[in-house]
Amino acid sequence: MPLYHNDDQAMLADSARGFMADEGGIAKQLRHFRDIGCKDGFGHALWTQFAEMGFTGMLVAEADGGLGMGHVEAGIVLEEIGRNLTPSPFLTSSVMAATALAAGGDDLRGRYLPGLLDGSSVYAVAIDEGPKHRPERITTTATRAGNGFRLSGAKSFVVQGGSADMLVIAARTAGSDSDADGITLFAVPRDAAGLSLDSVRLVDSAMAAHVKLDNVQLDADAVIGEVDGGRAVLNQVLNAGRVGAAAESVGVGMGAFGMTTTYLKQRKQFGKLIGEFQALQHRAAHLYSELEIARAAVIKAQQLLDGQSDKAELMVSVAKAKAGQAASLAVKEGVQMHGGIGMTDEYDIGLYMKRDRALAEFMGDQYYHAQRVAQLSGY
Amino acid sequence: MSDSASDPAAFRAEIRGWLEANCPPEMRAPVRDEDDVCWGGRNFQFKSAAQKAWLEACVAKGYTVPDWPEAYGGAGMSAAQAKIWREEMQRIGARPPLSSFGIWMLGPALLKFGTEEQKVHYLGQVARGEIRWCQGYSEPGSGSDLVSLQTYGDDQGDHWVVNGQKIWTSYADKADWIFCLVRTDKANKYQGISFLLFDMASPGVSTKPILLISGNSPFCETFFDNVSVPKAQLVGELNRGWDVAKYLLGHEREMISGAGGGDRMNTIGAILSRNNGVEDPLLRAELAMFDVDALAYGAMGEKFLDEVKVGKGHPAGSNMMKYAGTELNKRRHELLMAAGGSAALEWDSAGSNGGGRARGWLRTKANSIEGGTSEVMLNVIAKRILDLPGA
Repeated sequence: MPLYHNDDQAMLADSARGFMADEGGIAKQLRHFRDIGCKDGFGHALWTQFAEMGFTGMLVAEADGGLGMGHVEAGIVLEEIGRNLTPSPFLTSSVMAATALAAGGDDLRGRYLPGLLDGSSVYAVAIDEGPKHRPERITTTATRAGNGFRLSGAKSFVVQGGSADMLVIAARTAGSDSDADGITLFAVPRDAAGLSLDSVRLVDSAMAAHVKLDNVQLDADAVIGEVDGGRAVLNQVLNAGRVGAAAESVGVGMGAFGMTTTYLKQRKQFGKLIGEFQALQHRAAHLYSELEIARAAVIKAQQLLDGQSDKAELMVSVAKAKAGQAASLAVKEGVQMHGGIGMTDEYDIGLYMKRDRALAEFMGDQYYHAQRVAQLSGY
Repeated sequence: MSDSASDPAAFRAEIRGWLEANCPPEMRAPVRDEDDVCWGGRNFQFKSAAQKAWLEACVAKGYTVPDWPEAYGGAGMSAAQAKIWREEMQRIGARPPLSSFGIWMLGPALLKFGTEEQKVHYLGQVARGEIRWCQGYSEPGSGSDLVSLQTYGDDQGDHWVVNGQKIWTSYADKADWIFCLVRTDKANKYQGISFLLFDMASPGVSTKPILLISGNSPFCETFFDNVSVPKAQLVGELNRGWDVAKYLLGHEREMISGAGGGDRMNTIGAILSRNNGVEDPLLRAELAMFDVDALAYGAMGEKFLDEVKVGKGHPAGSNMMKYAGTELNKRRHELLMAAGGSAALEWDSAGSNGGGRARGWLRTKANSIEGGTSEVMLNVIAKRILDLPGA
């Protein structure tokens, strides 16, 4: 398969680009919901529009009413989300939760997918338990109780957890903290007794929750997939989230880069456009090169994941690490090349820097994923 | 091709079967040094029967240049088929049957600018590995500023008489023919250069190897003293050789970038840890960060070639590939040295394969100079891709 978008994908990219620029732009969404202090951090009206565009069900099977598309297509939407810093539950609900639910039985899918497809529901995913992404270690426990399970523990960095109607929660049903086996995924209703949430605003104005689980009683039908066999599903959710976050990072980087090159062609100092200075030209050219390479790595990872290749996991980590590096360089160079105006809240380039920082942490930063590349390569 | 032409799975099976039957086991190991490379040409001595058999088998099928037309010695593969060919070659670790500046650089230029007669004549020889080519571009006073070149061809009716000097001519002392930039109009800087082909055995051509910091001499100084070049050996239009040169440079940059595969973008952490026992956690971390970049660049190379084949992608994209690929390769060799420790310093011992690692490390320092420096590449990206002012 060639490493570029086919005609259908190019068409999707065109429509996603136009839609996100018109409806998901920074003034209309990110700044608006930030400035009114919105408790969700995103707009439900836009989420409904996502549903009307068919975006919410991109990764949902056609048999379940979705579009049955893959990570290449979801990544196309995510790159535009990144470019416009559009706040939405797309990555958590339509990419990660949808991937988890695909492993669920008819009953679970029937319960949760319709709300996802029509944009009336938002779902979150609770994996991390500390400030750094470390899904190898899961200490939240689910013990058998009556007909079902009782969950106890704490989760953090649950993005949009406070807005979610249901949370996909990874818990331990057997073994010790760092065992690969013994994990089970649960679909936990937001209003389950014993589940409490503390929503906090992050640097990028997104909302994330610290979730406490205090003997949350669940019926057996809340289990996604197999009891004790959740690691495989969890890995699919992680791969989906990581490659999705990488695609969004590329969009963030491209957006910041576009603003910056435009600025280099407008701003004059010393009687010249600052873009005439070779000191800036070479840095801009280097950044271009890094972003292109990151985008290639992301498309490669998406294709391998869609093709269920055994090399997908390695390439997903490469993509997440490389996209994180490149986008981080783009926002840092962006602020520096804008000079003083880049430090103002009024100007958008700083918003790219904030979003990049949050995305870099989400689903593992470049250090976590470089470490993973080493492990998967056998050293 | 056969009836498998329209069916990728059948085509892959055909290629796999053919490789299984025709690629000798000895040719399925990585190229260790210069001696393992088959360059072809009038004076080439095969290093093994397997090397000879492998070249001959590929020549018979047009597989030395799989995507060239059959009329010019190729196999006429489509872009998708050529990709399958590359993948199947990589799958068994097959060495390229033929390495050749004729394939990588002159060939694409002739396919675009050559006359039909030139294509049939020269491309066929290239495809069969009969002629080894070298490139006459840089001059002592014209490095990054190549267009200032002074080698002059004086018009003598049916031929030119060429005088001047080239430098950094790769393997000029081993090459049979040269493709050469020659000034044919002193009044016009850009539109006064012509692209000529001539025999290195012509009277008046001499070469002198240049000893490099690696202790090897892959480059030469090349001198032209009243060399007669027939007019039929002009490629493209008179005085428009700069267009051919720029087109060819794109392919040269692509070649140096390592985008086509090979060991350039392979991960190194696992190999080094196994062979050298990397114990320093910071070095291990550097290796991991390098491997991220190498694998990402590998995807970029694949994407770049896929796009080139169908005319997508930016025309100046090879400059970005050249910049990123050569900087990456230099980093790779710095890490190879660091992991190797004092053993990597040995210069001529048998155990170090004649100082292979140290010499290879030094050789890579030219990667970001030859074919256009990294700084020139960044200038080109700034101007042609980013459209920055005054660049």
